[in-house]
Amino acid sequence: MSSQVRFTDFKSDKQPTWCPGCGDFGTMNGMMKALANTGNDPDNTFVVAGIGCSGKIGTYMHSYALHGVHGRALPVGIGVKAANPNLEVMVAGGDGDGYSIGAGHFVHAVRRNMDMTYVVMDNRIYGLTKGQFSPTSREDFETSTSPDGTHQSPVNPLALALAAGGSFIAQSFSSDAQRHAQIVQEAIEHPGFGFVNVYSPCVTFNDVDTYDYFRDSLVDLGEDEDYDETDYDQATEVILDSEKEYQGVIYRDDESVPYNERMGLTEDLSDIPSGAPDDAMDLVREFY
Amino acid sequence: MPDDLNWAIGGEAGDGIDSTGKIFAQALSRAGRHVFTSKDFASRIRGGYTAYKVRTSVDRVESVVDRLDVLIALTQRTVDENMDELHEGSVIIYDGERTTMQDLEIPEGMIGLDVPLKSLAEDAGGAIMRNVVALGAACEVAAFPIDNLAESLEKRFGGKGEAIVENNKRAAELGQEYVQEHYDHEFDYDLETTDNDYVLLNGDEAIGMGALAAGCRFYSGYPITPATNVMEYLTGRIERYGGTVIQAEDELSAINMALGAARAGARAMTATSGPGIDLMTETFGLVATTETPLVIVDVMRSGPSTGMPTKQEQGDLNMLLYGGHGEIPRFVLAPTTVSECFHKAVEAFNLAEKYQTPVYLASDLALAVTEQTFPPEEFDMDAVEIDRGNVVSEDAIDEWSNEKGQFQPHLATEDGVSPRAFPGMAGGAHMTTGLEHDALGRRTEDTDVRIEQVEKRTRKVETAREREDWSPREFGDEDADTLVVSWGSNEGAMREAMGFLEEEDVSVRFLSIPYLFPRADLSADIEAAEEVIVVECNATGQLADVIEHDALTRVKRINKYNGVRFKADELADDVKRALGESAEVTA
Ligand SMILES: Cc1ncc(C[n+]2csc(CCOP(=O)(O)OP(=O)(O)O)c2C)c(N)n1
Ligand code: SF4
Repeated sequence: MSSQVRFTDFKSDKQPTWCPGCGDFGTMNGMMKALANTGNDPDNTFVVAGIGCSGKIGTYMHSYALHGVHGRALPVGIGVKAANPNLEVMVAGGDGDGYSIGAGHFVHAVRRNMDMTYVVMDNRIYGLTKGQFSPTSREDFETSTSPDGTHQSPVNPLALALAAGGSFIAQSFSSDAQRHAQIVQEAIEHPGFGFVNVYSPCVTFNDVDTYDYFRDSLVDLGEDEDYDETDYDQATEVILDSEKEYQGVIYRDDESVPYNERMGLTEDLSDIPSGAPDDAMDLVREFY
Repeated sequence: MPDDLNWAIGGEAGDGIDSTGKIFAQALSRAGRHVFTSKDFASRIRGGYTAYKVRTSVDRVESVVDRLDVLIALTQRTVDENMDELHEGSVIIYDGERTTMQDLEIPEGMIGLDVPLKSLAEDAGGAIMRNVVALGAACEVAAFPIDNLAESLEKRFGGKGEAIVENNKRAAELGQEYVQEHYDHEFDYDLETTDNDYVLLNGDEAIGMGALAAGCRFYSGYPITPATNVMEYLTGRIERYGGTVIQAEDELSAINMALGAARAGARAMTATSGPGIDLMTETFGLVATTETPLVIVDVMRSGPSTGMPTKQEQGDLNMLLYGGHGEIPRFVLAPTTVSECFHKAVEAFNLAEKYQTPVYLASDLALAVTEQTFPPEEFDMDAVEIDRGNVVSEDAIDEWSNEKGQFQPHLATEDGVSPRAFPGMAGGAHMTTGLEHDALGRRTEDTDVRIEQVEKRTRKVETAREREDWSPREFGDEDADTLVVSWGSNEGAMREAMGFLEEEDVSVRFLSIPYLFPRADLSADIEAAEEVIVVECNATGQLADVIEHDALTRVKRINKYNGVRFKADELADDVKRALGESAEVTA
């Protein structure tokens, strides 16, 4: 980990195939800046990506990385971190990946509070499969599979995280580059599960949740001097407020102890002897 | 009567049947006798018939038989359930004071020993010890020294204090004395003790022990009968070596966590049973195509669906061989005895890492719940060798990088095995994906690269075929006309069956198959035999199908896997080429 690391060191030489203007560009740039700013380098960083347009991020970044199956990136990240807590683990994916097929893992990853960062590129649509509604789509959102609306209320990912005992819950907007990078950086620095829901507009399939919409409606909690991000009640109020969109660190529990610390996981488990452990016969003698 | 005794205790779940049986089995094992245990249990926690059976002999015992010599019956149903196995001279120990046992009719020729288990236990200090009273009575019947039972009670209850141990010993003595005083039968048994040292363990424990010996440092799983014991064994033990067990939220998560740990460089494992394998199948493909070494244990039970969770079956073979979409290189090993569970677990980790391939370890319920005695040397820890395969060192990373200095985790080497760099290693940063990828691990749809990667993954299996020994375990008469083939836990029963057959002048050659993929080519063995019989615990004969298939005439093959459908003219060429003719058809 050297201070000479620049955020471009996290860029791979692969050109993104995202649509021009896709929110995922900004989300990724912010992640790379945050990683560099926190003193990480590609060789100590492990990025796990979901499936979707958003999940392509692992290809465009340079680090140790795995692009998994749909919805199951979080458990991979947990396994990586448990096996080597010295690594900086970052998991990224879409709202479909994280809150639909992967919703179960999301809730449990929040509860487990492993020291890692989870970035969700929330475009309120399925991008890669070409425009079906997603779990965060509005109820009246019309798509190829919801011609007259979705007939169900959207998931509130922040509320899910809070209810599951989240220790760091934040939201950012991919086109507010500096704020977004700063929020992801705080998530990385948080000892525990740092969750950031990022509004990353899909310019091709979502004409409702657009850059303009977010720009006009976003309230930055960082600009509110009275907002205390360690105050659970204030956080609850913000999270349940369906009238406005917020950005900033919404809730942070400074008392929480991450799972890896609770479990005493400090070692790099890749290092094993070339034979059975010296005292292995004790394992046998237990059965006398 | 032979020195071979079949003993059982049965009652309702919650009656302490398991722990009582285990105390007796351990006493026998510590007295230098061989033991083979089996269990009848229902899928419920309280209530429902349950029994713990112990077969013991001075010689090795490797199977159960259809005979019960001494039965401790805590309920009427215990007698009913075992009527088929009881025989003339069988001894039934029961408590006639118990209301439900008062009308028990002991069948003609059998010996009923009515022992007031509960009141004697109360005399010794508490009704809870009634099973121990019964054990004392059984010692008298079997002429097994009660001192050996006392030792086992000490081991079991030592942690609970001197008084509890003494009360239990007293309870056993009261049971023994009661039989001495009230019955003057001459029992035929004489369970001699020896100086041999044995350990007593089951297949799940042996798999866990093998994993620890092999350096497994990460386990994630989701509880399911009969695989849960693997997780319970590792919990509390893996920490001694710095490792960890994670109980995941489901099997999808369990295998993905294990995949993550394996990519971070740890030796990782998960264990489940059929329904869990179903859930893991999508990720199984990811494990294989990302070339991640992973051991996945399937402790089979009766299926399909939730089937019969507490009953034996070997019904998952097709699933293990063929499960998953697309074509997935894999190894499938199936231990054939409890001690082989240990050895095959060690082997599974080495194969997984040497070839960067997922390995299925197919155990089954019969192995999982069978406790068996072995001399401790059977688990020779000095013989355990750990081979991590092609892990590159930081110094050598350049050799495996391309001209731009990028590490190539999926480099198509001659033997199909690529270099591996653990995260944290300088200069090794790389990605990998479940999408088809190039040598750098990046997504590709290039038809040439696709072909190169498919062939590379397949080649690993070919390399393994050449480098490793996939022979079956062979028993019996090499020249016999009858060839019997089986896999998994049937080995012990078949070996003993061969003894019975020999007495009737039927000689057989027996091949027990521990490697299901890759597997030995049995064509020559099959041709040499007049009769071939395949023994397996399933309805359709899944191994039999495979064997028939393997021994068929070889067919010529035309295969295409570059991502483009067959084209007519090219296909015509291929056909001609396959027929040995020069090809030149134009459309
Ligand atoms: C098991 C499985 N089911 C379905 C798919 C198809 N699929 C690919 S991406 C996707 C949805 C992606 O939506 P989201 O996570 O919101 O990502 P986006 O493309 O919008 O970034 C689906 C359904 C799949 N790959 N795997
Ligand atoms: S479809 Fe939408 S989410 Fe996908 S790359 Fe294009 S803009 Fe981005």
